[in-house]
Amino acid sequence: MMSGIPSNRHADASGPAEEDVLLDVRGLCVDVDGARGPIRLVNDVSFTVRRGEAVALVGESGSGKTLTACAVMNLFATPQLRLAGGEVWLEGRNLATLGPAEMRAVRGARVGMVFQDPSSFLDPLMPVGRQIGQALRAHGRREGVEARVLELIELMELPQPAQTAAKYPHELSGGQRQRILIAAALAMDPALLIADEPTTALDVTVQAEILKLLVRLRERLRLGVLLITHDLGVVAQTCQRVNVMYAGELVERAEVGPLFGAPRHPYTQGLLRSVLGRSTRREALFSIPGGVPIAGQWPVGCRFHPRCPQAEAGRCDREAPALQDEAGSASRCHFAADPRILHAWDAAEHSGQGVTA
Amino acid sequence: MLAAVSQTRESRGARLRRRLLQRGSTRVALGLLMLMVMAALLAPWFATHDPLAGSNDALLPPLSPGHWLGTDDLGRDIWSRVVHGTRVSLLVGIASSALAVTLGVTVGAVAGYFGGWIDVVLMRIAEFFQTLPRFVLALIVIALFGASTTKLIVVIGLLAWPQMARVVRATVASLQQAPFVDAARVAGMPDRTIIAKEILPNVAAPIIVLGSLDIASAILIEASLSFFGLGDPNAISWGGMLNDAQQFLRSAWWMSAFPGLAIAMTVLAFNLLGDALNDALNPRGERRP
Amino acid sequence: MSTPMNRHLNGQSDAQVDAGQGQRADTAPTPLLEACDLVRRFPLRGTGGLLRRPRLQAAVDGVSLALYPGEVVAVVGESGSGKTTLGRMMLGLLAPTEGRVLYQGQDIAGLQGEAWRRFRRDVQVVFQDTGGSLNPRHSIGNSIALPLRYNRDMDAASAAAEVDRLLDAVGLPATHFRERLPSELSGGQRQRVGIARALASRPALIVADEPVSALDVSVRAQILRLMADLRARERLSYLFITHDLGVVRALADRVVVMLQGRVVESGTVDEVLSAPSHDYTRQLLAATPVPDPSRPLQA
Repeated sequence: MMSGIPSNRHADASGPAEEDVLLDVRGLCVDVDGARGPIRLVNDVSFTVRRGEAVALVGESGSGKTLTACAVMNLFATPQLRLAGGEVWLEGRNLATLGPAEMRAVRGARVGMVFQDPSSFLDPLMPVGRQIGQALRAHGRREGVEARVLELIELMELPQPAQTAAKYPHELSGGQRQRILIAAALAMDPALLIADEPTTALDVTVQAEILKLLVRLRERLRLGVLLITHDLGVVAQTCQRVNVMYAGELVERAEVGPLFGAPRHPYTQGLLRSVLGRSTRREALFSIPGGVPIAGQWPVGCRFHPRCPQAEAGRCDREAPALQDEAGSASRCHFAADPRILHAWDAAEHSGQGVTA
Repeated sequence: MLAAVSQTRESRGARLRRRLLQRGSTRVALGLLMLMVMAALLAPWFATHDPLAGSNDALLPPLSPGHWLGTDDLGRDIWSRVVHGTRVSLLVGIASSALAVTLGVTVGAVAGYFGGWIDVVLMRIAEFFQTLPRFVLALIVIALFGASTTKLIVVIGLLAWPQMARVVRATVASLQQAPFVDAARVAGMPDRTIIAKEILPNVAAPIIVLGSLDIASAILIEASLSFFGLGDPNAISWGGMLNDAQQFLRSAWWMSAFPGLAIAMTVLAFNLLGDALNDALNPRGERRP
Repeated sequence: MSTPMNRHLNGQSDAQVDAGQGQRADTAPTPLLEACDLVRRFPLRGTGGLLRRPRLQAAVDGVSLALYPGEVVAVVGESGSGKTTLGRMMLGLLAPTEGRVLYQGQDIAGLQGEAWRRFRRDVQVVFQDTGGSLNPRHSIGNSIALPLRYNRDMDAASAAAEVDRLLDAVGLPATHFRERLPSELSGGQRQRVGIARALASRPALIVADEPVSALDVSVRAQILRLMADLRARERLSYLFITHDLGVVRALADRVVVMLQGRVVESGTVDEVLSAPSHDYTRQLLAATPVPDPSRPLQA
């Protein structure tokens, strides 16, 4: 059934039309109520996702990427978190204008969400088919639920849909559970799928299968995918555009080829160098010195400057750089236009030791 | 990311105190308990009369001159008897709970840590004690050994330890698989030290909570045993007062009402304390006022 | 003259002293730690009854592995491969159902007294940091002092000084970190504490069970760098248990691939990773995501 689907093509240079923009996030800010007043955890994040394209939101822990994803759906884990600024436009509608009931209708129907650990999101006491059906019934669909459930399970490339639908979560493997969650997320045929670390908890061979499934689904259903992850390998192999986050801000945005080939921001460069690739032996182990700043204790000026080999005293530690756009890619750095910044780490031989992480 | 936000360096004691005193109900409970402890310790000074001294002023209603809560059928002052009764209640409550905690923690920790047949045997013993009906046990003990406060403490302790043992066993069994326990083994620590130093401090929270709830139920059990005449005939206890008041339930309501109220307030206070401790010691769930 | 006693005083572990002695006596090198046909079976939950024996499942099904002084051997596998169970058996934390674990040629099951204590000192562990590797109620100074007190019989004063030295050796300034609780540290910092604790016993071999999997990308390299430096400085061997082939390539000399309790392939890292002979190894290699957009997933 899957034969004849062309292999993963990268975004063509001609660029999709404007009407294809599914998600348009502008200047998103997320605050948390701290003991001494609100702390801004996510600051001025903007990005778009188009139909049929996979966009990555990449960052390490403390970057704010998961909070950004939650903010898109206005689905925060605790009441102390809230949307403090910016706009989210989904399929041309400003989500801020929607009331709670309309927002609920959007979640699940226009946007599907898949999270990291499949076991915690499935009710252990209910057969999985019924759980997918719940997603449909929650959005008011009464007829043809069973048929749609079987159709979805087949779409997920799970064998014997009828038998699988009757199984309980503990009778399925980790990869199969994640497929069920994806099925539930896509039940109402949403245009956008937000996946937060969907394969991190899975074995690497299973991860490859799930990622391939996501690629096929994206192409077949013209799904827009927002992939949140820390794994640069996954990003390189499945996404067309990448947004890199650091300390609550977007520090670089580019198409996947240019990002990996010629990263502009020193953090992105350092991150790529840290990845243990096929050729990294012990002599070549590279690490960015220092550690991610604690939320609420951001450095003054550029948030990356304490760890940056090119930081200029007097400028980088005083003035926060703006995101400088240039032909489809952007970098939040004072020296974004300077070609020498492309080799930020070459000159400085950082040992990467001694400073705590 | 959120954990990083609240990195204020509050000492553990200060944080516990703050979380405990957050709720109004806890402050009331703590106040009540302090009052009870003082009443127990300073009973002769709190009381207005000798609690054992009868008089001819029998069955006086409350607010009679000199007798705030009235007198019973033998002319004894009710207020003084209630105050003195605090001693027995708190003594039995705390002592039996201490016995239950000691037995329960030891058995539970050993069963949870070693597992296997030790666990099976110990838990069957615990279950046996759980199935004993409390009055039958009390009757047997008193029939064989006579009635006294100490016997009461032992009986109630023997009834309460299995539940503590179960909770401790479950927590210890899950903890003993934690990597830091393996690390302690690899560091050369002997098993008994591991249980004492590594595992039990992490079990302290449920023990404390259950212990305080145990006190409440112990007081209730003591009252009911005394009510049925199985308590210490020489001690002044609220349950004993209820026993005396049986014939006078309608004619002299104050003979039963005040000891009953005392029991209710004490049990409520300990329950509230246990509840508050549970919330305060639970590492998650910081409630915003 | 370099007598065994002198070398002990110079801080070499017992095993390193022995290895030196062995070399002088011209015998063939004994593996430092060896697994001989290890099997470990677990009862399947829900299959036993009051009068019926439960069905057994083999988590480790006949694994043999030898580790020589100074080597880094990686055991690679996914969940269910049995690699963690193997690690625990080799640490002496779990008894094998069949087979033996040999420490310097001797079965650890038979070790008593001083010999057992030597084994405990020489073979240490670093766990994956998922919050459970450090006692949440102990300061990290206390956690590191544990092996000093029990494995090395140090008194409080010398232990305190040694704790500080170890913290500095792993890049955590002692004055700032000694009194901290694990909850106040980041994942990378906690791993450093775990490494310091392992080093406290002056081991010859450290078993590292997924030491960097729970850490961020930029922190991973720092920790691996630290472990590589310590290996050279303290003359350590490592048994790395991991699923991450990048880690294997960065640090290991030899690699053993496990699948469902059995070894399917083993050899030097170069051999196995460039020219794998078993299908599963090839599958693992193909599935590992590579940060190279010119090689997209073949959907």
